[in-house]
Amino acid sequence: MGLTQILVFLLIAIAVGLLLKQERRSWAIFLVSLLSVYLFQPLVPLRDFGFWFPTASILLTAGTWLVVRGEDQKIEPEDIIAGGLSVLIIILVSMNRFVPLEIAWLPGSVPPLLSVLVFLSIFTVLGWVVSVRYEIRRLGTWIYLFGLIGIFVVIKTQPLMLWLSELLREMIGQSTALASTLDFSWLGFSYISFRLLHTLRDRHSGRLPAVSLRDFMTYVLFFPALVAGPIDRIERFVQDLQTSEALDGEQIVAAGRRILLGLVKKFALADGLALLALSPTTAPALRSAGWAWVLLYGYSFQLFFDFSGYTDIAIGMGILTGVTLPENFDQPYLKSNMTTFWNSWHMTLARWFRSYFFNPLTRALRSGLLRNSPGLIVLIGQFSTMLLIGLWHGITWNFALWGLWHGVGLFIHNRWVNYLRARSGPGLITSLPEAATRGLGTLVTFHFTALGWVWFALSDFEMSVNVFRTLFGMTG
Amino acid sequence: MDRHPGWIFLRNVIIKAAGLFILLNLAYAWIYPRETLGAVSGYNLIFPGRVRFPHGDVPEKAFNITTSNLRAMYASHVISAPAPDEFRVAIVGDSSVWGFLLEPDQTFTARLNNSGLVHPDGRSIQFYNLGYPTLSVTKDLLILERAIEYQPDLILWFVTLESLPKHTQLESPILQLNPVQARDLLDRNGMTLPEQEELLKPPTFWDRTIVGHRAELSELIRLQLFGFTWAATGVDHYIPETYNERMEDLSSEVEYKNLQPGGMAAGTLAFEAIEAGMRMAGEIPVVVINEPIFISQGENSEIRYNFFYPRWAYDEYRLLLHERAEQDGWQILDLWDVIPPHEFTDSAIHYSPAGADIVASRLADFLETRFDIMSLVD
Repeated sequence: MGLTQILVFLLIAIAVGLLLKQERRSWAIFLVSLLSVYLFQPLVPLRDFGFWFPTASILLTAGTWLVVRGEDQKIEPEDIIAGGLSVLIIILVSMNRFVPLEIAWLPGSVPPLLSVLVFLSIFTVLGWVVSVRYEIRRLGTWIYLFGLIGIFVVIKTQPLMLWLSELLREMIGQSTALASTLDFSWLGFSYISFRLLHTLRDRHSGRLPAVSLRDFMTYVLFFPALVAGPIDRIERFVQDLQTSEALDGEQIVAAGRRILLGLVKKFALADGLALLALSPTTAPALRSAGWAWVLLYGYSFQLFFDFSGYTDIAIGMGILTGVTLPENFDQPYLKSNMTTFWNSWHMTLARWFRSYFFNPLTRALRSGLLRNSPGLIVLIGQFSTMLLIGLWHGITWNFALWGLWHGVGLFIHNRWVNYLRARSGPGLITSLPEAATRGLGTLVTFHFTALGWVWFALSDFEMSVNVFRTLFGMTG
Repeated sequence: MDRHPGWIFLRNVIIKAAGLFILLNLAYAWIYPRETLGAVSGYNLIFPGRVRFPHGDVPEKAFNITTSNLRAMYASHVISAPAPDEFRVAIVGDSSVWGFLLEPDQTFTARLNNSGLVHPDGRSIQFYNLGYPTLSVTKDLLILERAIEYQPDLILWFVTLESLPKHTQLESPILQLNPVQARDLLDRNGMTLPEQEELLKPPTFWDRTIVGHRAELSELIRLQLFGFTWAATGVDHYIPETYNERMEDLSSEVEYKNLQPGGMAAGTLAFEAIEAGMRMAGEIPVVVINEPIFISQGENSEIRYNFFYPRWAYDEYRLLLHERAEQDGWQILDLWDVIPPHEFTDSAIHYSPAGADIVASRLADFLETRFDIMSLVD
């Protein structure tokens, strides 16, 4: 998302917040969110996929809503209007080339209108079939769950992506020699899929509230949070959407502060630090330990300012539209241990994994064979959760190692806390003043995290090992 | 809308921000602190000075950026922090001196610095690469004027025919982006160049505001940030794995910049710029060096030496250069054919590390024999 796009959507958010109230505002946010899926989508080398990816995001969302509806939740006229508007927007976007002045942010290459209409018709018929019976819908939730995980795995695994890219290129008559991972730049899918998985799992556990199609789609495709999160919970989001009052001056000031902070973080600090950050381009040329540390610090702060800057912008825009998005960062580099670090870094993703993976897994382990091995349960729970968080960023060895690195950090901290609790009498660490132990903890935690970024920033194992060697003066 | 305190606060913020924005821009335009800002540099202080001027076509891969601020260019260069007891040699010229497609330690300047040349009085001899991509002796003159502030003991000035035509002198962006300095330079040296009124327009009031000057301000900030990567990696130039090689088979075109054979006259070339450089240098010896060019052996090579030069034009230029040197007593070294053709890379003047070695070796020999003030040591 570039600065111009942010400013345009900021103006839209202000206009929506100031001029519209309640129902009208909800409809406006819904429509803008649908359009934003196309407007934020970057160019894709695969012909027409700049159109198909956003369309798939919309249809996957609508399809998920169809299957997660409760047993007695009927399709209301309002849902039909929302569905109709979604179809209308898809058709209008597909007709972009017929407009004399093509809108630059819309996909330049779109499939023939007839194929779009045929595709939408098939989807509508399938949707109707699924909607008829609750048993089919229940089966549908599982199909969607595994389908989403399947798509996620494919677009996060480089060899699979290349294989699929070649296949698709062959089908549409494009050069297979140019197949690349860029063909799968599907904007926002990581976040969209995790919001959808959250609703699917909540349907299975019976916790999902009844939500209209409009509000469901707005939750999943909410334009401020589409590109970089945060991952909200649907019941909280919908409550905000339905109860938001008219925008007042104080809210504009609060939103303005947050957005300005985000813009400075993202476009001044992060983009500036990007010039001196560790990267696959700088890593092979590093020649001294001292400067290698500088570049590693540069990367650590670039990543933080970039991501938290986007979050600030999203939260600010959310305020303007009447939605209070959850915080995603809480001074993570000032935390004194790995557990509090993960309670303050990408908080909504960590919470998602805690709710839908860590807690169910450790519950299962506690009631199973490992009930007498709490240490082992923690080890398995933390390692597997962090491994999955690593793989969420991309299925590569380096992301897996980054996840495991944090798994080790969390496990060591957990054992350390247990050890201190079990110890009687003062020790070397416990006898230090609290400020000193906290300061020491922050220093160690920050450096452990920063060193972990070596795996994250670089795509190659050998290159990462070489950087570690340079950092610790073990070269030549 | 009510008169909620939030609205009043918002109104005040907008009014104050707009007022401050206007005031700051007016103050900036009035002061126009281009030189001062250019001098603010972490190079030679936090990170090492650059061994050649900042210049980057692909900044994110070269960890380098092109800036038009001359003060900043010098402030980032290692010449800004010279050792007090060295014999200082400033080398000016075009991209072949800068070292296009060469790592910073592969340029002939770097090779000379590594060759252990010393002055008989014991001073180490330090060569400074002040080459800058683009072909114009007037651009060289602008750079040379600042170089003299650093009190060099010797100046080596690399020229070629392509850097001399009068009507292409001002095509160099650095001249157009420093119009006041360039005009002043021309005026002080009694030089007049075609289209100077159009190409060297002083900045307007708008250009002098923060908003109008933002592109250069951004360059200055990025130049400082790239200092960290320069320090960490020693990389200042992106060399692609493959590039289009210099043209071997040539066209049969005999015209050179609208001139026909026999039409090359001293008046068409900007020898006044070299003359002005000599005056500027005063007591400091200046050696004019005709830089090596690619001599093709391909199709139509009997008509042309290379993509740049028909044979007649280059031969006439060399005659004129030598005549002028003899007439005005310039010291001259002609290296035009010292590099074998296969050592040229992407153009008729860019050469490989081996080519740079040849230039370094020929220069060392020349300096040793012509200036008995130097000697080679192991």
